[in-house]
Amino acid sequence: MIKLVYPKGKLVAKTGNEVMAEAMRQIEPDVVAAYPITPATEIMQIFSQFIADGIVKTEYIAVESEHSAMSATIAASAAGARAMTGTSSQGLCLMWEMLYIASGLRLPIVMAEVNRAISAPINIHGDQSDTMGARDSGWIQIYSENSQEAYDNMIQAVRIAEKAKLPTLVTTDGFIISHCMEVVELYPDADVKAFIGKYKPERYLLDIKKPYTLGSIDLQDYYFEHRLQLAEAMKAAKNIILNVAQDFKKTFGREYELYEKYMLNDAEIAIVVIGSTAGTTKVVIKELRDKGIKAGLLKIRIFRPFPSEQIAKDLAHIKAIAVMDKADSCSGAFAPLYSDVVASLYAAGVTTPKIVNYVYGLGGREINISHIVNIYKSLNKIASGQQKPSTTIEYINVRKTKHSLFYKCE
Amino acid sequence: MPVKMIEVRWHGRGGQGAKTAALLFGEAVLATGKYIQAFPEYGPERMGAPVQSFNRISEYPITIHACITNPDYVVVLDSSLLESVPVTYGVNKTGKVIVNTSFSTTKIAHKLNIDASQVYVVNASQIAIDTIGKNIPNTPMLGALVKVIGNLDINGVLEDTKVKLTAKFRHKPEVIDGNLNSIKRAFNEVKNK
Amino acid sequence: MKENRKLSVAELPIGNIVEPGTALEFDTGSWRSRMPVWDKDKCINCLTCWISCPDSSIKIAPSEKKTTVVTGIDYKHCKGCGICASECPVKIKAIKMKLEKK
Repeated sequence: MIKLVYPKGKLVAKTGNEVMAEAMRQIEPDVVAAYPITPATEIMQIFSQFIADGIVKTEYIAVESEHSAMSATIAASAAGARAMTGTSSQGLCLMWEMLYIASGLRLPIVMAEVNRAISAPINIHGDQSDTMGARDSGWIQIYSENSQEAYDNMIQAVRIAEKAKLPTLVTTDGFIISHCMEVVELYPDADVKAFIGKYKPERYLLDIKKPYTLGSIDLQDYYFEHRLQLAEAMKAAKNIILNVAQDFKKTFGREYELYEKYMLNDAEIAIVVIGSTAGTTKVVIKELRDKGIKAGLLKIRIFRPFPSEQIAKDLAHIKAIAVMDKADSCSGAFAPLYSDVVASLYAAGVTTPKIVNYVYGLGGREINISHIVNIYKSLNKIASGQQKPSTTIEYINVRKTKHSLFYKCE
Repeated sequence: MPVKMIEVRWHGRGGQGAKTAALLFGEAVLATGKYIQAFPEYGPERMGAPVQSFNRISEYPITIHACITNPDYVVVLDSSLLESVPVTYGVNKTGKVIVNTSFSTTKIAHKLNIDASQVYVVNASQIAIDTIGKNIPNTPMLGALVKVIGNLDINGVLEDTKVKLTAKFRHKPEVIDGNLNSIKRAFNEVKNK
Repeated sequence: MKENRKLSVAELPIGNIVEPGTALEFDTGSWRSRMPVWDKDKCINCLTCWISCPDSSIKIAPSEKKTTVVTGIDYKHCKGCGICASECPVKIKAIKMKLEKK
């Protein structure tokens, strides 16, 4: 039988979208404004049903676009409400300018995000281009490997956002997690509500006793100070995230950190990856360890703020590292996660690991055990000096020339 | 030696309930105390077009998040798919294929070009018409799959399905009984000859 | 002239918040090239100037008869736009614009 981690928990079979909606039901924010988009549609569909059925008292604002969804959420949050929204891909793109305003005004909005490719060509499947593009917008970004993490992350996000005074988004991989039914342990409503607590903003616009101006113009004399304040808040958020995780472990028993180390401490070769592919990588690592190959994994949970000092310490002893990006920044150089990992190591004076950048899974392209096995094989050769690490991005499972193997997902 | 994870692939046509079958099956197997995954083939669904869905069952937490390429069991909801879809793709020598058909195992095995010992047949469409009153072969095929896999508790599956259907069809008790009977009949009638 | 000391990152209220009443500290009256001069004797206290002033620079107060009366002009904030003089009833002309002498 499956053992419960939290004695009062309940095992259910639910998809990523279903548990995100479930978390929202338990959080019961004051205001939600959203516009549906594949593959995140179900989250708001299920949540709006909760409202229609009178299960939650949330004020739902039906809007005509994601730009308005984000605007309404910002206004509600500034007014003093606990406000949430959800979106994906093009929806997040349409929110773009408002994302920066949410963080600039330091509003603790929580967003349920489902990672999906960006057009063109139009594609509804999962890659992380959407949130990677928003990586500089001043939002805390929490990625989930599976439905359980998505649920747990949503609950923690509320406290993180409100303590850090930073908007926070929680993501799952489109379809791979959002539409995959898995075993999830849900906690009782009262316990979740007690964990997140009541929202008591220090300042809010509807406070008529202490009025203030919000979002005024800031020119050469003050803009820089405000942006630095935001940057420092992001840095300080690392400790807040760890404290909330600690409290979460004390309450519900599940352990979270800025990133997960899987068989990394004694590893010689390692993969750094974000999201659901980490789960597939764990299966490969078990197989390789049985053969005596010291493979490990570092799964990024918090991409913003980026845990750079910590990562540099934990990767310093690895001989060869593959950083896997599910997004290509088309920078002409490297993809986002690789750039951050390498910069972190270099800044910490760690220069011994050989590091390769792999881009995979764009537009939902399959990434399976055999691909990951091949990456570890290649890392092994690099670690032993038999192979030179590539100095450009290695693209996995894509037809580069007419002789490339035609790929078919079954 | 840990028990190997079981992987299932469902083939159907849009509207036949291949996705629903995988979800129902997943939930029912969780009720028997195992870890599960259930996911559809991702893509826009159209009525009548060939679709797939998948299940994983394991005694241990399932961390893999990739397509199923070598299924242990393949369930075919519509025998007309045998003409157009390579349903045996990735099925190895120990894999089993369960087909909704009125034909014999040998005939289907010949058509699929695999060993007859790997093929199971059940007339799920007829069972559905008899019990539910409509040609919805997904629930009977669930019973057939439970039988062929072997080590699953059919009563646990029936009980969980009853709870699920009761929640959905509170005002139509005949639908609930019909579906449960269809699972029982297919469980008893699926054969390897 | 008084130089305002600018706040640092550590002192700034979080999140682009500006406390109310900052305009009181700011001397926009120095921008003026023409100044309104109010004649108390001619004024009928219709308050048209008070309604029209974009900078809230017409000072008012309750009178002994419990009506509201004009008491003067706030030269610290008046930018000298002349709207008050223009709006003052033609037959009254209690506000006239004069060149600023600095």
